[in-house]
Amino acid sequence: MVKNMNERVAKLRKQSVDTRPYISAERAELMTEFYKSDIPQRESVPVCRALSFKHLMENKTICINDGELIVGERGPAPKATPTYPELCCHTMEDLRILNSRERTPFVVTEEVRKIYSEKIIPFWTGKTMREKLFGAMDQKWHQAFNAGVFTEFMEQRAPGHAILDDKIYRKGMLDFKRDIAENRKKLDYFNDLRAYEKDQEYQAMDICADAIIIFAQRYAAKAKELSQQESDPVRRSELEQIAEVCSYVPANAPRNFWEALQSYWFVHLSVITELNTWDSFNPGRLDQHLLGFYKKGLEERILTPEQAKELLQCFWIKFNNQPAPPKVGITEEQSGTYVDFALINTGGLRAADGSDAVNDISYMILDVVEEMRLPQPSSCIQISKKNPDRFLKRACEVIRTGFGQPSVFNTDVIIEEMLQDGKNITDARTGGPSGCVTVSSFGKESCTLTGYINWPKIFELACNNGIDPNTGEQVGPQTGDARKFTSYQQLMDAYKEQLRYFIDLKIRSNNVIERLYANYMPAPFMSILMDDCIARGLDYHNGGARYNPTYIQGVGIGTVTDALAAVKSHVFEQQDIAMDELLTAMRADFEGHERLRQRLLYHTPKYGNDDDYADSIAEEIFNAYYDLLNGRVNTKGGKYRVNLLPTTVHIYFGSVVGALPNGRKADEPVSEGISPTQGSDTKGPTAVIKSAARIDHVRTGGTLLNMKFNPQVLAGDGVDKLAHLIRSYFKLDGHHIQFNVIDAETLRKAQQNPKRHRDLIVRVAGYSDYFVDVGRDLQNEIIARTEQQSL
Amino acid sequence: MARAREIIGRQMTVSEVMFEVEKDIIFYDQSGGGVTFSGGEPLMQQEFLLALLNQCQAQQIHTAVDTSCYAEPKIVEMVSERTDLFLCDLKHMDNGIHERFTGVGNTLILDNIRRLSEAGKEIVIRIPVIPGFNDEKANIEATGKFTASLRGVGRVDILPFNPGGKEKSARLTGGVKPVQIEAPSEEKMSSIAKELSKYGFEVKIGG
Repeated sequence: MVKNMNERVAKLRKQSVDTRPYISAERAELMTEFYKSDIPQRESVPVCRALSFKHLMENKTICINDGELIVGERGPAPKATPTYPELCCHTMEDLRILNSRERTPFVVTEEVRKIYSEKIIPFWTGKTMREKLFGAMDQKWHQAFNAGVFTEFMEQRAPGHAILDDKIYRKGMLDFKRDIAENRKKLDYFNDLRAYEKDQEYQAMDICADAIIIFAQRYAAKAKELSQQESDPVRRSELEQIAEVCSYVPANAPRNFWEALQSYWFVHLSVITELNTWDSFNPGRLDQHLLGFYKKGLEERILTPEQAKELLQCFWIKFNNQPAPPKVGITEEQSGTYVDFALINTGGLRAADGSDAVNDISYMILDVVEEMRLPQPSSCIQISKKNPDRFLKRACEVIRTGFGQPSVFNTDVIIEEMLQDGKNITDARTGGPSGCVTVSSFGKESCTLTGYINWPKIFELACNNGIDPNTGEQVGPQTGDARKFTSYQQLMDAYKEQLRYFIDLKIRSNNVIERLYANYMPAPFMSILMDDCIARGLDYHNGGARYNPTYIQGVGIGTVTDALAAVKSHVFEQQDIAMDELLTAMRADFEGHERLRQRLLYHTPKYGNDDDYADSIAEEIFNAYYDLLNGRVNTKGGKYRVNLLPTTVHIYFGSVVGALPNGRKADEPVSEGISPTQGSDTKGPTAVIKSAARIDHVRTGGTLLNMKFNPQVLAGDGVDKLAHLIRSYFKLDGHHIQFNVIDAETLRKAQQNPKRHRDLIVRVAGYSDYFVDVGRDLQNEIIARTEQQSL
Repeated sequence: MARAREIIGRQMTVSEVMFEVEKDIIFYDQSGGGVTFSGGEPLMQQEFLLALLNQCQAQQIHTAVDTSCYAEPKIVEMVSERTDLFLCDLKHMDNGIHERFTGVGNTLILDNIRRLSEAGKEIVIRIPVIPGFNDEKANIEATGKFTASLRGVGRVDILPFNPGGKEKSARLTGGVKPVQIEAPSEEKMSSIAKELSKYGFEVKIGG
């Protein structure tokens, strides 16, 4: 598969792929050392956070790998993964689990264990954000959280989901320092009662700008030192150039293609070193950012297309060297992957005039994606009606190679979504997905995902008068004994009442958690990068960004729809199954009720078949969620919005839900994204698309549709058909679609013989991962997805 | 329990079929595609077919009819007035061989294809390549010559014999063993494609 890769790139790629992720205690030690000093006693919280960041950047290991052109690692070496004890301090038991678990293990050495037990754990216990957060939640919240009704994103990681725009290619950190100083000078202590607070934030941002410059200079010094020891003249000259690049950026705006990539990479590393942000960080539309540098390089004859591509390949490997920091407990269940959701956007439109933005770099990026075949970074194309078919078809060719990249987004709908959210047209055109499918305006938005909500669990509670059958506890409100319901509407009303209760519970707690981050864990480095934090003097976590929406991600529309369709048709319309009989069978997990289960599975309308009976229920389920959530206010001057995506939570959510009326047995995964229940769509890909389009995507901030094709379907002119399918979905206002192109037999073989299929990559949900790494339950779920046999 | 009879497919009314057809209008518009009526033999249900073609025409949905062309010329004419594209099977150019293997001669078939051509219809000729039956040079040449003499043939599809039909055959004949024929090799298919393309039309393998 791997082609057009020179020896350097092949070697760096191999190093990245072959190294197993392991825990580095370096960041934890430096952070502990800093917080043990008297600085936290003397300084305000933002300044203290900035100084701790500076301490990290001044002291963390500098790593220049043999042969590389783009430099810098988050940990001391590729795949060395730092921890963030100020957010979540891993226990000795956590470290043992990390070292031994089946999915996403991390090597934890005896030395790391020793540092943790002697220094890290004794200091941080009782002081972490995780403990503050859990301590601030009431009993009802804990009950719902433990029952698996929703998850909580901020219990182990910080808010993020940020995407960068083009500002670092126009300005250096020295320019940002000037902006900060100018705004600081303008503070009005008579009329702005928050002036001092803002002063501290400015001071913090300024320190952070210094910190990243120091970090880059340390790389420049190291490269210089290595160049003096280097005997190979070619490598010596490369190291000299690395030294030159790192001494110039990110202090100054980049002058060329190489500096542009290196500057972004320093910024990226700084964001993910400051805090463990969800969805790491994201360069936005790399093709547009790089085009000017590329053209200039060609004109000045200092760059060839081959060199540009090599630099991009080196850049790609840097992302793959950074596994998502180790997650534990429910956070690991909901997002069990090394992928840290850095997503490269290509295509779409130009912000200024709305014209087609596909350029030479867009195609070059697709080549790089195909040749590198790495799970990180993720890649997507944005497709507008203005983009050429040639570009879409080239992307379809890459999709056909079967590792799930790139995913495909509908630019025209993203723009409508943004306008609907009140953004101006330029900011709307500067939008795209941050990591998975949720969109925000690049460089201007703090779009915070706060946790998944388990719709099938809420349905189960509605069937049981709010009592969780797993524990017998009254987790939700009493919405009535379902046996006494005389109409379908009564069940739907009970579902909506349960939903309302849990949305309220979640928003109430989110409003507390947002303040915890604003007060205790600001992100002054990230705030430099996001408009209008500098203009407002406010932190990214405190309403500094121009737009501040909050999300609770809805999960399981396929499962809930099919369950409701079954009750509606069998209990209330055909009346061939009594509610009592159905609930009894569900409680028995259909043991002894197999004939009933077969009827529910095969003689009931299902979502995903372009069948109005089921699809109109899906529409109602979506609308109920939208009406209850959209527009509610958060504490950052923003509003709640709706998105539908799962990462890996559909496995966890399935494990807490008993048998359901659609014939689904207890513990089986719930449906993922807006995809139909695994295996229940039998009318082909066009029917799936018609059903998925019944949801009003324009009113969301992102939906996720997975489709699996047998590779033979896409052979020959299958690429054209795939492109037509995508265009059709987008005409119907679909937001996003992604593909697995693999047959079930290959997957089963890989499950039986993982060693032979080490390099098999599949699409999970919003990201691709090594099949052998995802764990047995998720493997089974991917195998169970309907494999489209024709198009 | 042994099942004496298995029902494949189901009865549908014209409006039921149109309801399904209309669901995919967005896809026809995007891809330039439409509906293909195939079989069995759609011309054997001409009334039903004509009703559907009328409705598609009213909705401006592109229509194709996939047929053996073994039908009364009157029916072919009526259908052709309402159809955009014909996919015509051409199994063998020799009348005798055609009759021996299919039970009927090819005269009516060739006449019908000629008539469609003269009526200015767009035609795709489809040849199922069955080793030992119609893949010899003489037949390929005759097929090429005949096709070249027609107007309106944009493309010829050559379809490799698919042994996957064995199971279906067994189900239809109640387990009587069908003739053992293997699929033609890729090389054979390519050489036939090359031979046919000499006559000046596009040749596609599969389709």
